[in-house]
Amino acid sequence: MNILVCVSRVPDTAAKIKVAGDNKSVETTGVKFILNPYDEYALEEAIQLQESKGGELTVLTVAGDEATDILRTALAMGADKAIHIKANQLEKDSFYVANNIANVAKELNPDIIFLGKQSIDFDSFQISSLLGGLLDLPSVDVVSSINYADGSITGEKDIEGGKESFETSLPAIISVQKGIKEPRYPKLPQIMKAKQKPIEVKEAIETPLRTEILEMTLPEKARAGKILTGSDADIDELVRLLHEDAKVI
Amino acid sequence: MKVLVLVEEHKGSLKRSSCEAITAANQLTSSDNITAIALNASESALKSAGKYGASNAVNASESSIKGEAPALSKIISDYALQNSFDTVLFAADSIGKEVAPRVSVKLEAGYVADCVGLEVNGSNIVATKPVYAGKAQAKVKINTSKNILSLRPNVFTAKVIAEGTEANYSSFTPTLDDKSKSVKITSISKNEGKLDVAEADIVVSGGRGLKEPEHFNLVENLASALGGAVGASRAVVDAGWRPHSEQVGQTGKTVSPSLYVACAISGAVQHLAGMSSSKFIVAINKDADAPIFKITDYGIVGDVFEVLPKLTEKIKARH
Ligand SMILES: Cc1cc2nc3c(=O)[nH]c(=O)nc-3n(C[C@H](O)[C@H](O)[C@H](O)COP(=O)(O)OP(=O)(O)OC[C@H]3O[C@@H](n4cnc5c(N)ncnc54)[C@H](O)[C@@H]3O)c2cc1C
Ligand SMILES: Cc1cc2nc3c(=O)[nH]c(=O)nc-3n(C[C@H](O)[C@H](O)[C@H](O)COP(=O)(O)OP(=O)(O)OC[C@H]3O[C@@H](n4cnc5c(N)ncnc54)[C@H](O)[C@@H]3O)c2cc1C
Repeated sequence: MNILVCVSRVPDTAAKIKVAGDNKSVETTGVKFILNPYDEYALEEAIQLQESKGGELTVLTVAGDEATDILRTALAMGADKAIHIKANQLEKDSFYVANNIANVAKELNPDIIFLGKQSIDFDSFQISSLLGGLLDLPSVDVVSSINYADGSITGEKDIEGGKESFETSLPAIISVQKGIKEPRYPKLPQIMKAKQKPIEVKEAIETPLRTEILEMTLPEKARAGKILTGSDADIDELVRLLHEDAKVI
Repeated sequence: MKVLVLVEEHKGSLKRSSCEAITAANQLTSSDNITAIALNASESALKSAGKYGASNAVNASESSIKGEAPALSKIISDYALQNSFDTVLFAADSIGKEVAPRVSVKLEAGYVADCVGLEVNGSNIVATKPVYAGKAQAKVKINTSKNILSLRPNVFTAKVIAEGTEANYSSFTPTLDDKSKSVKITSISKNEGKLDVAEADIVVSGGRGLKEPEHFNLVENLASALGGAVGASRAVVDAGWRPHSEQVGQTGKTVSPSLYVACAISGAVQHLAGMSSSKFIVAINKDADAPIFKITDYGIVGDVFEVLPKLTEKIKARH
């Protein structure tokens, strides 16, 4: 099986988000960036698949120069090689990312493409299905377990309030849910070995922006901020507020 | 603008998120330009799209599919192209999130996911969407002449604008090739009767301060008195007290109910990311300095073991 895993580089979940001077993006200086947490699950699923079925495991990102760090992390976890589709620093959109991944995927012809269910920067849940459309391949999102057969897979995916079982032919595109397999933490020898593994750099193909950010703001909803105690009278007051002010009960 | 809205039926009526999407479409154009489309829905449910402001409603009748994205996106793309729709709206639920991007590829249209606001600026749609787990919001302009949008459930209010009006109903059998049937949903298991946190209008969540998994009955009791769903912090999900499906936060579900009650939850940034867009937030925590109080409308500094039973009783007493 040839496996492709797509990864994105995102601010740490604990990062404090500040709007940058252009009012259209977020401040990146002083922010710690990490491999998108969902992509760690995608990588682990891919590594265990390769361990059982063989084949080559390629990891890919579409990003600026700085993203070498997450590719090294993915190589240390177990990917064989990395492809860095290098983008200049101008504003891009998700279609640009998907289109560039699709172009490389056409050359690589993977049996399966893994992604995370969501990139925790723009949270759009769309790259997998954009790839499905661009490559005319089946795709299934938010997958929580997979069984591999010859030329096809079965598995489960999360939906509102439950799960669905699915089957699909291969090649296919799968975006994974947290917990599908517990990601490994690379140890020093793997980290050292990863430094020898190849990172192929490709120039990104430019596409006109289909969507464009006009403004970025920090939504600070005005909250009443009323503080009460646990006394009987205060609990009565809370019930009154919920009924009369908030009108939610 | 000519707008197509994907709607879904649940137990004989249109889902609330579908009605919200039709209402939102009325912000973009007039009713006669709005068509609701559904897969295997009943005539009566589809006709009810009329009261929310969709003049037309079409049913794609194809019993061999259940909403698999490759097939459903082909049906919607074909219909939109053949009937010159320039805009397609979806609810940002598990179906919409998979189908909308595929339709955007077919229509060569810009797509904005999980929108919480919509406006028309000249001939362009400008959508507001939460980014960085809700820590920020982006206003995103669609540059293409066609537009695809998915709308976060519970944010746009569904409004009956023409009581008694029925949409003009029609039905068709879509053509599907083998390729579009490559994914098959073989079974669906829903926790019937259990409300999902992401869909609930009221959510009561519990955290590590409850000390033992058994104490979650206090949270469950308040949730049932309010008619809401139970949510959880990651700390208690990781401890195995609650299933991951209940986790609220950056690596769990994003919720925006009318009322969110956080019980013995400290309010870590990753938790706030999943619930800070709730309309009203109540927190019960014994630590007056807990970060959760920074974003609450009403906070109770107190012990959950004392406050929750009393609050539950007082709410029950109102009914
Ligand atoms: C230089 C540069 C500037 C950018 N500027 C903007 C901008 O201003 N506005 C904007 O909306 N986007 C911008 N992007 C794109 C952004 O960084 C994200 O990669 C992209 O938006 C995907 O986010 P999403 O929420 O659609 O992903 P999702 O669909 O939520 O991501 C799902 C999965 O897709 C895969 N994936 C996501 N992104 C990438 C990637 N870049 N490479 C490989 N795999 C990936 C991962 O597996 C991820 O788990 C820019 C990208 C670059 C390289
Ligand atoms: C990558 C990453 C992703 C994450 N994603 C998520 C996520 O999706 N969702 C999430 O929730 N967290 C997430 N977290 C974890 C987050 O950082 C916190 O650790 C977690 O939210 C804490 O849960 P808690 O509030 O239940 O527990 P604690 O922080 O331990 O808080 C317990 C609270 O209970 C109060 N308390 C104790 N006893 C009582 C009592 N008797 N009465 C009243 N109050 C009492 C305490 O004062 C305290 O404030 C993530 C972390 C990381 C690193």
